[in-house]
Amino acid sequence: MTTDRICRHGAELARSSEGTRAGTSVIDTTTATEWVDKLWASVRAVDEYSALDVVANALDAGLDAEAVLLDVIGAVQDKVGTEWAANRLSVADEHAATAINDRVIAALPVKRPATVQGRITVACVNNEWHALPARLLAETLRLRGWQVAYLGAQVPTSHLVSHLHRAGPAVVCLSSSLPTRLPAAHAAITACQATGTPVMVGGRAFGTDGRYARLLGADAWAPEARCAADTLAAGPLPAPRAAPRAAHQAVDDLPHLADQEYTLVTRSARHLVREVFQRLEQQLPAMAGYSEEQRERTAEDLAHIVDFLTTALYVDDADLFTDFLTWTAQILTSRGVPARSLLPGLDLLAEQLRDFPRTRRLITAGRTALTGRP
Amino acid sequence: MEVTASLAAEHLADAAVVIALTTSRRHPLVIIDHQGRLTRSTVAGAVEAVPGLSEALQGFPPVPSRWIVPASAPGWLIPEDFGEVGSLVITPLPGHGVPAGALVLLRRTQQAAFNEAEEAFAGLFAARAGAAMSAARLYAEQSTIVDVLMQDLLPPDVRNVQGVEFAGGYRPSVDTDRIGGDFYDVHPPAEDNPETLAVLGDVCGKGLQAAVLTGKIRNTLRALLPMADDHGRLLRLLNGALLSRSRAKFATLVLASVRRADRDVVIRLTCAGHPPPLIVRRDGTVEEADTAGSLIGVLPRITSRGTSVRLAPGDTCLMFTDGVTEARSGPLGDTEYGEQRLRRALTRCGGMPADAIVEHVQMLIAEWVGDGTHDDIAVLAITAPRGTHLSAVDGTTRGRYTA
Repeated sequence: MTTDRICRHGAELARSSEGTRAGTSVIDTTTATEWVDKLWASVRAVDEYSALDVVANALDAGLDAEAVLLDVIGAVQDKVGTEWAANRLSVADEHAATAINDRVIAALPVKRPATVQGRITVACVNNEWHALPARLLAETLRLRGWQVAYLGAQVPTSHLVSHLHRAGPAVVCLSSSLPTRLPAAHAAITACQATGTPVMVGGRAFGTDGRYARLLGADAWAPEARCAADTLAAGPLPAPRAAPRAAHQAVDDLPHLADQEYTLVTRSARHLVREVFQRLEQQLPAMAGYSEEQRERTAEDLAHIVDFLTTALYVDDADLFTDFLTWTAQILTSRGVPARSLLPGLDLLAEQLRDFPRTRRLITAGRTALTGRP
Repeated sequence: MEVTASLAAEHLADAAVVIALTTSRRHPLVIIDHQGRLTRSTVAGAVEAVPGLSEALQGFPPVPSRWIVPASAPGWLIPEDFGEVGSLVITPLPGHGVPAGALVLLRRTQQAAFNEAEEAFAGLFAARAGAAMSAARLYAEQSTIVDVLMQDLLPPDVRNVQGVEFAGGYRPSVDTDRIGGDFYDVHPPAEDNPETLAVLGDVCGKGLQAAVLTGKIRNTLRALLPMADDHGRLLRLLNGALLSRSRAKFATLVLASVRRADRDVVIRLTCAGHPPPLIVRRDGTVEEADTAGSLIGVLPRITSRGTSVRLAPGDTCLMFTDGVTEARSGPLGDTEYGEQRLRRALTRCGGMPADAIVEHVQMLIAEWVGDGTHDDIAVLAITAPRGTHLSAVDGTTRGRYTA
């Protein structure tokens, strides 16, 4: 059913330092870097006008629009993410930076190629707030001559489906950055395919190797915008076959869901967080001295752990949970909090969920991943 | 159509043609040829020229499948390079009450002609396919109607006006809806009113009915724009209009008349039963605008007290509906978001552009709510831009404000 179209564009680029290939643009990262630094400075200063100037100058200097979009603006956006993780940027700063980038994209000159390609819909899955990756893809596809309907962040699946019925695009591209949106992404993928529209997915949520894209039955996966554009240019994605799919249920992709653990743990998630939080208070005397805000942060952290735990249950992949925990440990460490502080919470969770064997295995895996750390 | 044609071509014949019945004069046509290739076009000739076809399309009088002499079929009905047509049968596609179109099955000479069982099967298939096609058509027609009606009720695209940043965000309580009981509008200055009027409000109730009321209020306000210099009077007029028109329907709202004063922005604010806007200074200080008034649409006589706020570059005035502060959930599942939390979050938003603040607040609330239920949520930010480019201040330079 699924044709695995793994894009090799990234690998090819790495091999040929020239980066020239028919059908793709020339990428000269050395000149782009210079503009990245300049744009970064403007974005950090929340100075829209100087940011617009940087981009205008980069275009004047001969950088093509796609390179400005992906190698300058996209690179700055990546940096926003890493700087946040390193605690050099607050979430509010992140939004300010993203807003500037968004305006800069809006100001890019639109030079459409003479050849007009088909229609494509680009959207973020429900509850996904990180719109910029999808926006970058939408603009890249526009530059390459596609007629793009960009639906933005947080698109409820029902809106998406009624849009597909009316617009009838050749492909729908779904973006998701947060792995916890994977169940929502799965619902969106199956719904789109039910309308006969092939689905290409992308974004960090689907894993660096696209493994969750395959698992959830997407028709194609692309690690980044250029690759997505190349895959789409290579030829039409085969339409998901309507007839055999009629008998196909979403659960057929994920037989492990039959054990109901995902359903039961998700249903009791809030209760679980409350319970663990209260026990944590009893166990750790230090929490008595926490401010209201610190207590809330702790509760939020617990809620995140449970979210990732249920997502790992959904895709039946311990890596999703352990990756999240090690990443959180890094974030905590960069904020001066020892990663070990996650362990009591995990242990309490395991205790609450002792009746769920698959869940318990995940928690044990997470614990093992954490104990190796300082 | 495509699915019907490809299934028919695969299981019933060498090639299949589906002609759909629509309101347009030229009927759309899908051909799947003997190699499974799909072509879309419209009917190129007169339907009447093909024996039995126009009857099949009309669905009246009820006709069974009809054989026609292959030679009498026009060229547009036969796929390219099909070769000689051995047999050709036209079957009506009955829909729900109205015909959906017609199915034409073709077999080549070397293939056997259709036998009785095959014909009966084709008839059954046509009944199912026709029902599906007409359901799809009804759905498409209705969704077009809804789209047209909804167009006026959707939150507007808010952009920068005269060098002042405006940004709005809206999330209806029901995710499947696109409209609800909260609304905002930004009316640029016109001949009779030199200031930009921004409005954000909330009507009682949720869903479609509430949305219809917001539509009425927005229209009334638009008509009252020339009165915007006196907020008290405008609110009294709006109150009168709502009182006489609807029973037990009320609304709360904030009016903001915005104008630039050099690099600053001056805003006249008046609340009518609505949570007062918060002013976020560039350094992160958060103040509440000192304005209050009665809600609209209940009392015959209303009072209001306005205030004036001056925004220096980087300051923002944030208007929001109670869906923000009353969002209930949080990590522990039972806490109200509350104004304190909002204020604390806003202290980190000093100097941010309007759209970034709106997105930030929306994301915080969405995360707070999680999968839980929430009321309609609307946010509107008015920001004095920080930028230093004087050339861009007039708001017309391409790619600056207008892109």
